[in-house]
Amino acid sequence: MKTPLHKLNWLNAFKEAAIAGAVTFTLFSVLLGINIYQNSNNDTMIRLRPALLVGFSLFAAALRFCIILKQSLQLQVPAHKKIGWFEKVEPHLQPILVGLMAFFPIIMLGLLGGQASTKWIDNYGIVIMIYIMLGWGLNIVVGLAGLLDLGYVAFYAIGSYTYALLAQHYGFSFWMALPVAGVMAALWGIMLGFPVLRLRGDYLAVVTMAFGEIIRAVAVNWRELTGGGAGINVPKITFFGLPFNANEDGFAAYFGLEFMPIHRSIFLYYVIFTLAIITAIITIKLKKLPIGRAWEALREDEIACRSLGINTRNTKLTAFAIGAMFGGLAGAFFGARQGFLTPESFSFEESVLILATVVFGGMGSLTGVVLASIALFGGMEILREFSFVEQLIGIDPNRLRMLIVGLGMVLMMLWKPRGLISTRTPTVFLKQKKSISGNLVKEGHG
Amino acid sequence: MAEFVQYLINGITLGSIYGLIAVGYTMVFGIIGMVNFAHGEVFMIGAVTALIIYVAVTSFMGTTAGAVFIALMLCLVAAILLTSLLNLIIEKVAYRPLRGSFRLAPLISALGMSYALKNFVNVFQYEYGSNKSVPSILTGHVSIITDANGFEAVLNYKNILIMIVTAIMLGIFWYLVQKTPLGRAQRSCEQDRKMASLLGVDVNRTIAITFAIGAALAAVAGVLYLVFYSSISYNDGTIPGLKAFTAAVLGGIGSLPGAVLGGLLIGLIEIMWSGYVSSDYKDVAVFSVLIIVLIIMPQGILGKPEVEKV
Repeated sequence: MKTPLHKLNWLNAFKEAAIAGAVTFTLFSVLLGINIYQNSNNDTMIRLRPALLVGFSLFAAALRFCIILKQSLQLQVPAHKKIGWFEKVEPHLQPILVGLMAFFPIIMLGLLGGQASTKWIDNYGIVIMIYIMLGWGLNIVVGLAGLLDLGYVAFYAIGSYTYALLAQHYGFSFWMALPVAGVMAALWGIMLGFPVLRLRGDYLAVVTMAFGEIIRAVAVNWRELTGGGAGINVPKITFFGLPFNANEDGFAAYFGLEFMPIHRSIFLYYVIFTLAIITAIITIKLKKLPIGRAWEALREDEIACRSLGINTRNTKLTAFAIGAMFGGLAGAFFGARQGFLTPESFSFEESVLILATVVFGGMGSLTGVVLASIALFGGMEILREFSFVEQLIGIDPNRLRMLIVGLGMVLMMLWKPRGLISTRTPTVFLKQKKSISGNLVKEGHG
Repeated sequence: MAEFVQYLINGITLGSIYGLIAVGYTMVFGIIGMVNFAHGEVFMIGAVTALIIYVAVTSFMGTTAGAVFIALMLCLVAAILLTSLLNLIIEKVAYRPLRGSFRLAPLISALGMSYALKNFVNVFQYEYGSNKSVPSILTGHVSIITDANGFEAVLNYKNILIMIVTAIMLGIFWYLVQKTPLGRAQRSCEQDRKMASLLGVDVNRTIAITFAIGAALAAVAGVLYLVFYSSISYNDGTIPGLKAFTAAVLGGIGSLPGAVLGGLLIGLIEIMWSGYVSSDYKDVAVFSVLIIVLIIMPQGILGKPEVEKV
């Protein structure tokens, strides 16, 4: 049924829009309207920016206008269930994405050739795969067990520094250090988790955030161990002992190939791909075991869990430790890829970005994390290419990215609190297995 | 001795600022049981607003004592009004629709909001560097004590100003919560929201006003922070915010006198630690306090033990 246009509540919409515009104007009158800056002589200067302020207010008014009109439309049209295009595509996504991830370097190589594709595999492929792995690791903690961890990057840092220090002092190779890094991160996860996991969700979030800051502060200030802000060198990855260089004993010479930097990129890509796939397989297997079911039950309702005799502390602790372990493994890989570590790489911002992939993608959904990582980090890299935006609005698009991520998280919570792919398949069912959309399930409060 | 007195003065000054921020955390937590991650950013926006107005006013009127006084008053009024309005809108847009939603939804929304606010200020005000400063406000001091080594403990005028303003604000706030119908409505919502609404308390309005009051106190803290440090960065919301939250937890979350007490203690711990042990690890010291308090006495100094209801 189509609503006749004259039945819409135009007057109300105009009124609300005017209010929204006025409120926005007042709210940002100082923050947007007046700009303080230092000129080249280091004098403090003031300039007014009326155009920006008015533009912003008009934008807010227009937005409010559309929202109110849309609301009045929905009031008049009876709500009927409609299957969107996304629900149709969703079941086929998983094999497509796995295939894409598995053959990405080969596709790129075929399309662009050896020189041009190095940048794509390095900047896009490997970076996105690292975040997919981190997202999958955090997904166990946040998505499955429902524990909001805001300091996940601490475990990533622990993994990186474990490899760097073992290599520096004891000459460990990447493959020897990798399991140690995972175990170290898991141990730290248990050490942090043991005392704090009996706290409620909100406290846990703040404590993990504080933990992340502590680890970063130690990495910055303990200069004798970590090199502080000046950084620490990490040996680069080798092909099981063969370095990727143009020398006689290098990888290319050993296999009789011509030396190309892309060999290293492809090898790195497949290392992180393998690590990520292992994470995914372990997650899928664990989900079917009693521990995985206990995690999901815990996410839905903690009190009910305890009443049913599930040991909530141990359940949380395993989720925390396993999530931390994958963070540590990804961290060791990150160190081997960068060849150089500074505490800058482990800021709170990284934790927020990793959390964003889980939040956008869908709590507990592996496919969702992949989609979100591709959209988020692919989008960011593409944002770099859009320099014309700067001429258009006078702002470097790179600086907008965290603003967009922050607003995106708020909007996602308002629109779909469970994330993009929020379909949940119950593990225990009566007679026939049916998927339930996350939106149709009544929320438990734990 | 003089050194200790100096640290005591600075610790109490910094602690009053943390106390003002902590009150906002504890009030919101008391009434809707949620950690408002964006509160630190609201404080930072209060401080940035104050900085802009201070620079604008002093550049027109000069830096005579009278002009500085007028500028500071204007800063205070504008920061309080704008940040209260901001927090009202944040509550309405980002938190209210999520009441009764997925357990983690309000937390994630608050986190997103905090990031959006921080980067909004970064994009539109900090184009040429991550720090803005003003010439030192209110110079001058009185000497208190000089020890044998010649170290002189001084009480700066700005420390006096910060303590006085904090005391006045907390007095007004105490009156508001204890003696007015608004405060009564607020305390009833804190005890039992459903029952309060059955008895005719407008719960939504009360929660909104709670956010506005919390933001007003944070804005005052922002102005005082600017007076204390003479500079502010868009990053300055997160760490002081986390410290103020620690203060709220230490004092006992939900308890208003506890928040102020916790703030003072955290201020003292931070200054004493950087004075006597190591200024590199002052943040680590404060965050360790948070973790230790949550493990040993999660109810805090003045809080009541929490009973989880089904």
